[in-house]
Amino acid sequence: MRKSVLLVVVLILVFGIYRLGWRSSGRAKPSGLPPAAHSLAPDFSLQDLNGQPLELANYRGKVVLLDFWATWCTPCRGEIPHFVEFQDKYRQQGLQVIGISMDDGPKPVQEFYQQYKMNYPVALGNEKVAQAYGGILGLPITFLIGRDGRVAAKYVGEVQMPTLEQEIESLLQAK
Amino acid sequence: MKNSFRYLCFIVALGILAVMVVPSRHALAQAQSAADALAPGSAQLINPEDLLNLLQSSKGEKPLILNVGPSLLYMQAHIPGSEYIGAGSDAQGIESLRRRGKALPHNKFIVLYCGCCPWSHCPNVRPAYDALHKAGFTNVKVLYIADNFGTDWVYKGYPTIKGQ
Repeated sequence: MRKSVLLVVVLILVFGIYRLGWRSSGRAKPSGLPPAAHSLAPDFSLQDLNGQPLELANYRGKVVLLDFWATWCTPCRGEIPHFVEFQDKYRQQGLQVIGISMDDGPKPVQEFYQQYKMNYPVALGNEKVAQAYGGILGLPITFLIGRDGRVAAKYVGEVQMPTLEQEIESLLQAK
Repeated sequence: MKNSFRYLCFIVALGILAVMVVPSRHALAQAQSAADALAPGSAQLINPEDLLNLLQSSKGEKPLILNVGPSLLYMQAHIPGSEYIGAGSDAQGIESLRRRGKALPHNKFIVLYCGCCPWSHCPNVRPAYDALHKAGFTNVKVLYIADNFGTDWVYKGYPTIKGQ
């Protein structure tokens, strides 16, 4: 009799799990480097959300995490709290996070910036910057740029944070 | 007695099952209508290679291809002949899609695509598909872009053009 009860309970659980569905979200791996491996990261000159100039060249000597993202991009939204944390944690060692939003206008980006308490400069991207970085044809795309200004890694899709952090630490150690 | 208890267990199990299933169906029905229709492998999807073959073939009806993704991505690269509608995730984009649909017969072969993000995260194709479905279009497919437009179309060497 107990076996019958157990069987019924197990069947309910299995069916319940089936109904709810287990969905795995694909996580991107490092997709290799842009066409010219270890080439100098293309410079750009944009305005951040506060109207201040944002030029990559000004961050030479720092390790730069360059994040192409958008407010409508779910994986991007998941990454940003980690980037905020990295910026705090590694600021003194020379990490600079820069966000380039691919949103169509500034309003949602400004709201998002406040809501997520972003602590690094964010600018609206454009076609020119996107093309310079090999085309931003899907989000998120994250670049790591070494102190020498050269691209060290490119990640297409949601980054595995432990892998990224390891890479950041390794680049920060290189003087 | 033993049989009666088993019968009782069975009835209780059915009751619990009904409680578990029915509310979740109600709550998720609207959100999942497009998600179910556009689950990987469903008939409403068309793979990039199949669309390419269709476009390059001299036979068969050519679809009207509508891009419902972000404009910055469209301007960098898009499928030749496709029209930019606007992001399916915002009301303006859906309104543009409805307007575009007004000029079309309901049996028009339409392919929607975006490619902004991995398939399960794309915020644009599902609302766009839903809008056309509700408007009565009967021959709508969605281009299945597993990762993004770059990986699944551009870097495969499939034809693209830039600009608006």
